Amino acid sequence: MAAIVLVIAASIIRAVIIDKGFEWHVVGHYLFDPRILRGAWTTIYLTFLAMVIGIALGVIAAVMRLSPNPIVSSASWLYIWFFRGTPLLVQVLFWYNIASLFNVISLGVPFGGPALIHESANSLITPFVAALLALGLNEGAYMAEIVRAGIISVDEGQVQASQSLGMSRLQTMRLIVLPQALRVIIPPTGNETISMLKNTSLLYVAAFTELLYSVTQIYNVNFQTIPLLIVASIWYLAMTSVLYVGQYFIERRYGRGFSRAQRATMAGRWLSLGRGGGGAGA
Amino acid sequence: MVKAEGVHKRFGRLEVLKGIDLEVGRGEVMCMLGPSGSGKSTFLRCINHLEKINAGRLSVDGELVGYRESGGKLHELHENVVARKRAEIGMVFQSFNLFPHMTALENVSLAPVRVLKVSRSEARRRAEDLLANVGLSDKLDTYPVALSGGQQQRVAIARALAMQPKLMLFDEPTSALDPELVGDVLDAMRQLAHDGMTMIVVTHEIGFAREVGDTAVFMDDGVVVESGKPRDVLDNPQHQRTKEFLWKVL
Repeated sequence: MAAIVLVIAASIIRAVIIDKGFEWHVVGHYLFDPRILRGAWTTIYLTFLAMVIGIALGVIAAVMRLSPNPIVSSASWLYIWFFRGTPLLVQVLFWYNIASLFNVISLGVPFGGPALIHESANSLITPFVAALLALGLNEGAYMAEIVRAGIISVDEGQVQASQSLGMSRLQTMRLIVLPQALRVIIPPTGNETISMLKNTSLLYVAAFTELLYSVTQIYNVNFQTIPLLIVASIWYLAMTSVLYVGQYFIERRYGRGFSRAQRATMAGRWLSLGRGGGGAGA
Repeated sequence: MVKAEGVHKRFGRLEVLKGIDLEVGRGEVMCMLGPSGSGKSTFLRCINHLEKINAGRLSVDGELVGYRESGGKLHELHENVVARKRAEIGMVFQSFNLFPHMTALENVSLAPVRVLKVSRSEARRRAEDLLANVGLSDKLDTYPVALSGGQQQRVAIARALAMQPKLMLFDEPTSALDPELVGDVLDAMRQLAHDGMTMIVVTHEIGFAREVGDTAVFMDDGVVVESGKPRDVLDNPQHQRTKEFLWKVL
C-alpha cells in the first residue's frame, strides 16, 4: 500500500515540477507582492471579525434555542433555519445590494418612535459592513448548532448540582455548562474558522479586495492565471496551517480536568515531536 | 424543619409518589430506605424543588417549597426566588457531580462567591477549613478527575456545606463508591450529624441508619410503608415488605 502511495506521489511531484504550465518563477515573483500581502491580511482580519460575530451570535442563538419560553426558542429556530437554508453566496450578494431594497435604514422604536440610527443604506452598509454581515450572520447559524450540541453534551447532573447550590439558570449556563461545553464546541469551531478563511474568497464576487480578488486583479492584467492561483493557494494553505496549530493549543487548554478525553491532533503530535516529547497531551 | 403532607408526584402517567406524609424536626437525621424505584430520590428532589410536586404540601422551615400561598391558592415562585431558597438546602448526589473544570477549592468556593456574594478571600479561607474538616487539606488544587470517588464525595459534602445550609439532603451518597472508600464518607456524615445538622439521607447503609438516624423510613412503590425509631423499623419490622427488603439487604 505504502509503495503505491509513494509511486503516485512521485509522479505528481514530477509533473508539478517539470510541467511548464505551473511557471514556478512567476509564482516566486508574486508570492510576496505587496498587493497579495494586503489581500492576505484582509482575509485574516475579515476571518477573525466574522468568527467573533458568528461565535457571539451562535452562543446567543443556542441559549435562546434551549429556552423554555416558546417565543424565544422559535425566534432562534427561525434564524438558524433561514441562514443555514440559503447559500452563502446568495447572502453575500444580498447584503451588497441591500441599498436597492431599502434606501434608508432607520433603527429605533418602531411605529413612529424616535430613531437611533437614520442613514442612507449606501453609507451605512459599506462593502466592509456588508461582508461582515454576510459572513457573520451565516456563521452564527452554524455556530448555534455547534454550541447547542456542546450544551446538550454536558451531564444533566452538573445542572442539578449547580441549581442545588442556588445558582440561577444564567449563572449555571455561564459558569458550569458553557465552560464544559467548550471541550465539545472547540474542535468543530476550528473547522468553522478554517472554512471561514476560505469562504472569505466568495467576497470576490462583490469586488472586495481580499486575497482571491487581489490575485484575480493581477492575472486579469498579465494572464498568468495558474501561477497566481497557486500563489493564492500557498497563502490559504499557510494560513490554515497556522489555524491547525492554534486549535491544538486551545484544545489542550480546555481539556483541563478531562485528561483521559484528550486526543492528540496531527499538529499536536508534530509539535511535541519537535520538543522531543511522545504523544501529545495525555 | 421539613414537613410533607400528601405529596404526590407524577412523571407523565407514572405516579412516583402516592401521598407522602413525613416530618423531620430540627437537628434530626432521617434515613430513607427502600428498593430502587420506590420514590426515595424523587422525594428528596421535591424538597429542594428540583422536581415540582403535583399535589400536597411540602414546606421547609415553615415555608412552602417553590410556591407562595395567597387567598387559599398556590402560586409558583419566580425561578430566581426558588434559586435563593435552594441555596439554603444542601444536596449531595450519588454521582458526586463535582464541576470537572474546577479544582476542589474552586468547587467549594464558587457558590458562596456567586450566590451569597462572599468575598473571594473569605470564601477561599472557609473552603480551606471545610476541606480540612473532611480530611482533604492536601487536595485543594486537585481537579476531580484526579480524586478517588470517596474524596470526590467528601469535596461534594464540603461544597454543599459552604452555603451554610439549614438542611442537608443525601441521595445515596455511598452507592457509587468502592466498599473500602465508604467509611470516610460516612465518617464525614456522622460528624455532621453530631454537629446538629438536620439531614435526610437516602441510603442502603443499614448500619449507618441504625447508629446515626433519629428516624428510619421504609418506602416502597411510592408510599411510606413504615417509619419510626431505627431500632423498631430495622430490627423489628412490622410489615412483610420491610422484612423482605431488609432480609435481602442484610
